[in-house]
Amino acid sequence: MRYIRPLSIEDAVGQLAGSAGPAAILAGGSDLLVRMKGGFVEPELIIDIKSIAGLRDIRETAEGFSIGAAVPCAVLGENAALKKAWPGVVEAAKLIGSKQVQGRCTIVGNLCNASPAADSVPALVAAGARAVVVGPSGKRTIAVETVPTAPGRTSLAKGEIIEAILLGSQAPRSADAYLRFIPRTEMDIAVVSAGVNLTLDEAGVVTAARVAIGAAAPTVLLVEEGAEALIGRKLDEAALERLAKVCAGACRPIDDKRGTIEFRRKVAGVLATRAAQTAYARAGGK
Amino acid sequence: MNFDPRFSGRKFASVGTRPIRPDGVDKVTGRARYGADFNMAGQLVGRVLRSPHAHAKIRKIDTSKAEALAGVKAVITAKDLPDLTDGDAAMYDILDNCMARTKALYDGHAVAAVAAIDAHTARQALKLIVVDYEVLPHVTDVDEAMQHHAPLINDTVFTEGLEEKPVKPSNVTKRSQFGHGDVHQGFGHADFIVERSFKTEQTHQGYIEPHACVANVSSDGTADLWVCTQGHFVYRQHCAQLLGMEASKLRVTSSEIGGGFGGKTHVWAEPVALALSRKAGRPVKLVMTRDEVFRASGPTSATSIDVKIGARKDGTITAAEATLRYSAGPYAGSWAEIGAMTAFACYRLDNVKTVGFEVLVNRPKTAAYRAPSAPMAAFAVESAVDELAKELGMDPVEFRIRNAAQEGTRSSYGPVYGPIGIGPTLEAVKAHAHMKAPLKVNQGRGMACGFWFNFGGQTCVDLNIGMDGSVSLAVGTVDVGGSRASLSLVAAEELGIDYAQLKAVVADTSSLGYNDMTDGSRGTFSSSMATISAARNAIKILRERAAQMWDIAVDDVVWEQGHAVAKGEKHGNLGKLSLKEIAAKSGTTGGPIAGHSELVADGAGVSFATHICDVEVDPETGATRVIRYTVVQDAGKAVHPTYVEGQYQGGAAQGIGWALNEEYIYGKDGRLQNAGFLDYRIPVCSDLPMIDTQILEIPNPNHPYGVRGVGETSIVPPLAAIANAVSNAAGVRMTHIPMSPPRILAAIEAEREG
Amino acid sequence: MAGVAVSTTINGDTIEYLCQPDETLLDVLRDRLGLTGAKEGCGTGDCGACSVILDDRLVCSCLVLGAEAEGRRIETVEGMAQGDKLHPLQQKFLEHAALQCGICTPGFLIAAKDLLAKNPDPTEEEIRFGLAGNLCRCTGYDKIVRAVQDAAIVMKGA
Repeated sequence: MRYIRPLSIEDAVGQLAGSAGPAAILAGGSDLLVRMKGGFVEPELIIDIKSIAGLRDIRETAEGFSIGAAVPCAVLGENAALKKAWPGVVEAAKLIGSKQVQGRCTIVGNLCNASPAADSVPALVAAGARAVVVGPSGKRTIAVETVPTAPGRTSLAKGEIIEAILLGSQAPRSADAYLRFIPRTEMDIAVVSAGVNLTLDEAGVVTAARVAIGAAAPTVLLVEEGAEALIGRKLDEAALERLAKVCAGACRPIDDKRGTIEFRRKVAGVLATRAAQTAYARAGGK
Repeated sequence: MNFDPRFSGRKFASVGTRPIRPDGVDKVTGRARYGADFNMAGQLVGRVLRSPHAHAKIRKIDTSKAEALAGVKAVITAKDLPDLTDGDAAMYDILDNCMARTKALYDGHAVAAVAAIDAHTARQALKLIVVDYEVLPHVTDVDEAMQHHAPLINDTVFTEGLEEKPVKPSNVTKRSQFGHGDVHQGFGHADFIVERSFKTEQTHQGYIEPHACVANVSSDGTADLWVCTQGHFVYRQHCAQLLGMEASKLRVTSSEIGGGFGGKTHVWAEPVALALSRKAGRPVKLVMTRDEVFRASGPTSATSIDVKIGARKDGTITAAEATLRYSAGPYAGSWAEIGAMTAFACYRLDNVKTVGFEVLVNRPKTAAYRAPSAPMAAFAVESAVDELAKELGMDPVEFRIRNAAQEGTRSSYGPVYGPIGIGPTLEAVKAHAHMKAPLKVNQGRGMACGFWFNFGGQTCVDLNIGMDGSVSLAVGTVDVGGSRASLSLVAAEELGIDYAQLKAVVADTSSLGYNDMTDGSRGTFSSSMATISAARNAIKILRERAAQMWDIAVDDVVWEQGHAVAKGEKHGNLGKLSLKEIAAKSGTTGGPIAGHSELVADGAGVSFATHICDVEVDPETGATRVIRYTVVQDAGKAVHPTYVEGQYQGGAAQGIGWALNEEYIYGKDGRLQNAGFLDYRIPVCSDLPMIDTQILEIPNPNHPYGVRGVGETSIVPPLAAIANAVSNAAGVRMTHIPMSPPRILAAIEAEREG
Repeated sequence: MAGVAVSTTINGDTIEYLCQPDETLLDVLRDRLGLTGAKEGCGTGDCGACSVILDDRLVCSCLVLGAEAEGRRIETVEGMAQGDKLHPLQQKFLEHAALQCGICTPGFLIAAKDLLAKNPDPTEEEIRFGLAGNLCRCTGYDKIVRAVQDAAIVMKGA
């Protein structure tokens, strides 16, 4: 086993692409080290990307925000501009693990771990976030929801690294929110979760919406019908009821140690409704 | 020694104060040494290979490739731990549990072990061991295991305690029955009867420190064992017996212990580490991973309990009956028996009957967990009692007061009670401000009672007085939560000296006589009794020395407030001699001054508690928040009240976790699915409110200071108190513990749908 | 496996060590450097007993590789007291009996130190959520929360 700390993304990509045996990217390590400890992975090469210039930065760009792959989630919560623009994304990122884990974990790691229950992913999907992928054949930008393809699997090709997550600028009268259900108050994996992003007109009517549900299918669900249930309406009772119903209906959950099919369906609807209400209020809706 | 253990009603100077514990600074600076904090020169790393199957015959184990790996110094299987138990069935079970002999009986059962130069090599070596398993059908559920068609876990087990001797083997190892009167007749006199079935899932003690030990066996047949344990003398006996050693040749030192709660009362890794060290000829350190702790130490029983209670309109219980089924893991235990004894212990009953069934399942061997077996029985009984009060239209506290046991009551398990605290804890709860606090929407309040026996047992203490007048106290009961402070207070009290003049340590097995382990809430009760006895023996010598220094008769010397005082007018000019002054002269008055005590601490006073709990239930998600919690418990006498409060709070917190979220989850394949702190959800700091405590002191007549055990009772009421609160908040009776959000939501939905 | 040479700062001292690439910082602290104050309760970041402060961030040392410590600054429980003078948190943990078995105590002290450094006047709720990454099985957290509240008062006055 080797541990390397490349200084450029090109070097990291080259090492990753050229590795004969299994290689792993190390940013926060809060998933990788757990899997190594359990003997589930035994990488021959560990590529620590934290020394690569720019990867530990949150940049405000003309289009919005670029969050480097090695930015710990705690840092997201300390960025006032990001918190103001994307409170839902930040609250989702801040829910991953404990304070100790917060100091290490990253949203890119959360995304690439490809767990159906990843907290930041539904919020990123609702926010319409995009991932900047760097690989041996260059750079491409893809929608976040296209990254996880199955539990533990991603669409990334060999040698590819996600360099950053891009978030747009929020339109006026827009806001997002994220909620998850856990049995405790902290230190749990989401049993089911919901991210909602809304844009309102001046009268408080929803003009655009994205609704994402987590931990309710093999990968994150972007629930188009959920958005349709809200668009063109204020957040009236009928709209919320419809939202809950379509979100519950969109779920393809399983029974496991964290929850039952029935529970996940029901609570997906409840959380989507509550997240929509929070986003609506944040966007200035009354 | 003529030690008089009777309660004397004295006034205390030290006992009841709250000094800082003697082991405190080491624990806040990181210097205290726990199981894994100790190393020996040249030590190897031990690791255990465990069965992935819930039930499988071991056809063959090939260790040759592992043995050939560079850096591997020993590989062992059951062959290296030959059966020396000589017909002792309980010891044979321990041996088989340490290393599976012919069958793996649960997911995680040890089948082989290695010692290597480092952890990496040890891990690689485990992968090279080839075990040929024949997978057998398994059963993990307590009710299913009792069915006739259930897979048999041990075909040599025939149910004990049946009227007719069974002809077929069974997973039920024993039936036990307790009670008196005629329940059939009693139910005939009842105006209201509640009958319900309950289930509780298996939980783990959840101590934060995994099991850890360092074993060093010499070729001359002597050995040292450093280990985190609740009872190093018991570990010595068990290890010596399993390895064919003489007990005196095995010195066991107990490390600081990072939590036990009953879970560190059994050997698992220790005989394996010793066998590895013996074979390798080098010290071996063996530390369990968290995954191993969950899969392969000793969780508590899962249960299935039926309760039936009847009462007259006036609120008098006329009969009470329970059938209790407790899982024991793959080896026999007495868990259902204890549950059957404790179930109705809080009440004064003319007609009571409990029947317990011990049931074998393919899960780890059940070990004690804080008042073992009592919380589940209390959950079932106290839930039914609450429901019955509701049917009668009576306040649940009043209903319990009306039926509470008292001095002279014949307990449901046999003995007649002396002075007890159930009535006083109920009266205290009735008067408590918590009971009158307003509740908001979706909130509910519950209360429940609990009982635990408390143990006494074999105890030995040495008290040595140095020439500088400082006192060292060597005890043999492991300090799990501040007992060195409590025992120092007791010694200071008895000697009449300052707490700071003493230092208490836990002595190793070669330095002190045998002690039973710290279990059954016996640590402070029994060791304080032995400490008082040892101090009194030392005082006798101190008086003799003072008499010698004064050249008067010893009968004229009394001990008062840390001084020898000459009594009688003829000695009026002698003044007094302090302990320090007498100690300073000890070299010339007869040598070292010490007091020793070896006794069986009889007369442990039974303990009762009543808890109050407020919860808020989210009716849309089934999430429960505990918003207020109060513990009222009888301590007999609180030696160090802060640590007594700590026991009350800690037991309540464990009970809250058990009630709401903690459970072993097995897949259909018989494998444990949540062997880690992420998915075995013990309460975190933000889950809990402050836990208020009220200490009552109803002296135990069988202890000089009135002390009762306090460690365990606090985990008995919470399951029921929270179940009653949740049921009141959600409007639906919860009968399955833990009351996880999916279970609560399902119950609410079912109720809505009618 | 090739060993990795690391130079780092631990409790103010420059420390150099050689570790394996898959070795955690916790293993390095405990097994190579004899700093056994940080405990391994789980090895998976779920209990907080191994908490240390790495460049002013609270982390689980079981989720950090030893190799990653190169050039960084680490604070452990062993560095909290100044000589024989205990840190106010250590003193308050003793006075409030905020420990029973004590295995979680080093992690709680470090987490509380980090908490109070960032929020000198926390509410009870902020303390409870701030310490939610540290498991204690003995105390029910009551006395821990009170000790931190009391230490915060002392430290503000200092």
